[in-house]
Amino acid sequence: MTEKPLNNRAWWLVLPVLLFVLFSALLPIMTVVNYSVQDAMAGNSYFWNGDGWFRDLLNSQTEIGARFSDALTRNLSFSFAALFIEVPLGIAIALCLPRTGRTIGFYLVILALPMLIPWNVVGTIWQIFARADIGLFGAALTGLGLHYNDTQDAVSAWCTIVVMDVWHWTPLVVLLSYAGLRAIPDAYYQAARIDGASRWATFRYIELPKLQKVLVIAVLLRFMETFMIYTEPFVVTGGGPGSATTFLSIDLVKIALGQVDLGNAAAMSLVYNLITITLCWIFFTIMTQLDRRGNP
Amino acid sequence: MARISLEGISHAYGGRTMDPSDLALKPLDHVWEKGRAYSLLGPSGCGKTTLLNIISGLVTPTTGRILFDDLDVTHLPTERRNIAQVFQFPVIYDTMTVADNLAFPLRNRGLPAAAVTKRVTEIASLLDLTPELSKRARNLTADAKQKISLGRGLVRSDVAALLFDEPLTVIDPSLKWELRSKLKAVHHALDMLMIYVTHDQIEALTFADEVVVMKDGRVLQIASPAELFEYPAHTFVGYFIGSPGMNIIEAEVDGHIARVAGQTVELGATYARPPAGSTVQIGFRPDFAALAPSGGYAVRVRRIEDLGRRRIARVAFGPHEIFATVPYGVSLEGEEAGMTIRADRVFVYVNDERVYGEAR
Repeated sequence: MTEKPLNNRAWWLVLPVLLFVLFSALLPIMTVVNYSVQDAMAGNSYFWNGDGWFRDLLNSQTEIGARFSDALTRNLSFSFAALFIEVPLGIAIALCLPRTGRTIGFYLVILALPMLIPWNVVGTIWQIFARADIGLFGAALTGLGLHYNDTQDAVSAWCTIVVMDVWHWTPLVVLLSYAGLRAIPDAYYQAARIDGASRWATFRYIELPKLQKVLVIAVLLRFMETFMIYTEPFVVTGGGPGSATTFLSIDLVKIALGQVDLGNAAAMSLVYNLITITLCWIFFTIMTQLDRRGNP
Repeated sequence: MARISLEGISHAYGGRTMDPSDLALKPLDHVWEKGRAYSLLGPSGCGKTTLLNIISGLVTPTTGRILFDDLDVTHLPTERRNIAQVFQFPVIYDTMTVADNLAFPLRNRGLPAAAVTKRVTEIASLLDLTPELSKRARNLTADAKQKISLGRGLVRSDVAALLFDEPLTVIDPSLKWELRSKLKAVHHALDMLMIYVTHDQIEALTFADEVVVMKDGRVLQIASPAELFEYPAHTFVGYFIGSPGMNIIEAEVDGHIARVAGQTVELGATYARPPAGSTVQIGFRPDFAALAPSGGYAVRVRRIEDLGRRRIARVAFGPHEIFATVPYGVSLEGEEAGMTIRADRVFVYVNDERVYGEAR
């Protein structure tokens, strides 16, 4: 046989992956798409609704549109608040950690502990911790004469959720930054000393540029997670008081499972998904472009 | 510009120690004269970078004092010594342009903007970096980056010494030569004290006025390249400098002769009897041992290599394998040959140290 043996049976090897993707991603998404363009009535009867659900969702004059835009605003505010605190704080803590020595393992384990706690447990811990009557955090703030009550006051509820997220996830930024800092060769610090650079200049011109790559990862991870946050606020505040901490995911569950309003919920989850992907893409592009700026 | 004196400098990583074998750098006294170029040469781990870092202040020596002229700087931090150092891997400030990189050490020291610009322009033209000045430093090649590191050292007019820690390691071989001649040119132009660490003997010998050969934390010899080649003070120097290195063979030295494998080698001087139990060796460069079809010491030729400028033969001298020169015009047939050695170029080493005899 002089012909090159051609055997297409190898494609069968891809089948398990295709099946997996089909059942884990494609089918659920298509189900959602299906609901988003139809109106489902009792008894499994469906009526074509075209882009009706999407029109309602994106029109803030409608009830669902107003809910959606409010929740989206809350989500964005929460994400930016969390990023704004967690990234600088994480870098600052990483800078304070010793570069070498025996104690570093201890510090890293202590820092990483919050990350090992499951979301709903974190929520429960903070739910109790923040109670104004018996919680250490809440009672201490009340004892200091501050007006604090996370079940009645929106500002208190917000502060609790943000502080909880900072407590839970700043360690991730610390670990990433620490790894990035450790990757900087000693010669850079030595050169900076010889060049007479101040501590700030060393940070600004050596450490920060070298951290850029890990910070892209940190910002992306933290943005995605804060934008999709569900469990902790659900456990701590249940979305309240009122709808003060009702984020998109919480609202989505309320609409889909509470009201069984499948058309609205489907349209909302698709738009929600699209916004997450778009924002991540924008972040990624900006931060990597920043990195490439000046390339020939 | 200054003279740098080391007085009894030694260093042990991890603090004070009584055991001399723990010393990364064994006690050393030396004066580095201004305007001269020195090389620290030795295999990896011989303590040359430690010595360099002690001079620059990145490492504080365990014992001893460092003086810049008459000022004791032993405990002064790097930033307060007038030292510039270029590292093995180019260190540049990624986000800055080349000009900002060069200006950085001056701006940190609060120089007025006009003076900074003037100085940066001068140094950039000296290093042929002028066309690159407005480019971002991170996108340049390794040799251009290394020139920037060098420039950041040169740009300060108060620098007493410029230290190099194997600066050409990451440079493309074809550019090494160019950058090295640039260094030489800079040295001549600025008349600075330069200390250059390397494990490459060609780099060391071509760069320096004086070479410091080190091994296991000890300085073996400080001499000009020619002197290192012609009069190695330690068997390691003889072996390390030159290619092939010095022939070093065990011998029994008696007055002005050495007995090697039943033959008697003439020495250029008369030596006192070495202490009992010591290792006695004689050493001579292949360059001073010539082969001929007959005459001189009987050797067996193993292999001859033509290196272009000269021919080197690997020969058996009794049980010892050594190198000798085959002069052009001499043709050897068969294994048997005769070797003549210039008696005044045969040195005696006792426990690896050269000993000196009385001239005959």
